Amino acid sequence: MPVTTIADREIHVDDDGFLTEFEEWDEDLARTLATNIGIPDLTDDHWKVITFLRSDFQQQGETATLRRVSTIGGIPTKSLFQLFPKKPARKMSYVAGLQKPKGCI
Amino acid sequence: MTTMETAPSIVPDFGDEDSDRKIAFVCSKGSLDMAYPALVMASGALEHGIETHIFFTFWGMDMINKKTMGNLHFSPVGNPATHMPAALAPLPGMQAMATKQMKKTLEELEIPDVPSFLEHLSDMGCKMWACQMSVDMFNLTKEEMYDQLDGILNVTDFIEIIDGAQTMLI
Repeated sequence: MPVTTIADREIHVDDDGFLTEFEEWDEDLARTLATNIGIPDLTDDHWKVITFLRSDFQQQGETATLRRVSTIGGIPTKSLFQLFPKKPARKMSYVAGLQKPKGCI
Repeated sequence: MTTMETAPSIVPDFGDEDSDRKIAFVCSKGSLDMAYPALVMASGALEHGIETHIFFTFWGMDMINKKTMGNLHFSPVGNPATHMPAALAPLPGMQAMATKQMKKTLEELEIPDVPSFLEHLSDMGCKMWACQMSVDMFNLTKEEMYDQLDGILNVTDFIEIIDGAQTMLI
């Protein structure tokens, strides 16, 4: 696995750049990750998604899909497309410091 | 954790530049096992930021007919992939049992039923169209069909809309 430097820290990522170590993430890093992919400001709504993804990952051991964030996390799919435009599933996972979801839906 | 290499900055490429890629599915079947492939693939395409259209025609109308959309069936008859002896498949109750089993498996995988799946796709921006000829054939009204349909199109209009799309007939 490659190690990259983000916000002056060494971070373990996979070949696509997604974080591989749950504990290396913190909120400051999330802000930098978001800026890296064109989301300059993380609003409360963004944080709601990120917080759900992190806690769901701890319980389930895998990244929640868009549908799971909508049905279990209670955040409507339409909002996810507004918060993380075009490719919400991958973008929200990246900012939350998780791997992209494995599930299809 | 083994450090194999150090790269200055690896940021995923989300390919955000405007793409004119389009995908269209033509759903012409009304059985449970033929409904899901298009729905799942459409979901994947939409998650990937691709303009996605679904055109419902012939038996595919069952997927958007409010009377049938929540109650599609799966039949093992004539389907060697069920690995069931061919003589057993047509027995009474077999279709109901196979349908129940498939629905249970889908539910366990947290895959929504057809009406919820359509709503999920609408929320993601999927365009859904009913075939004018099929609407006439089955004598359906707008009120009898899925509420979030984008419209009823004749085939010429649909072909025009999906200009340049990768198209799949299911």
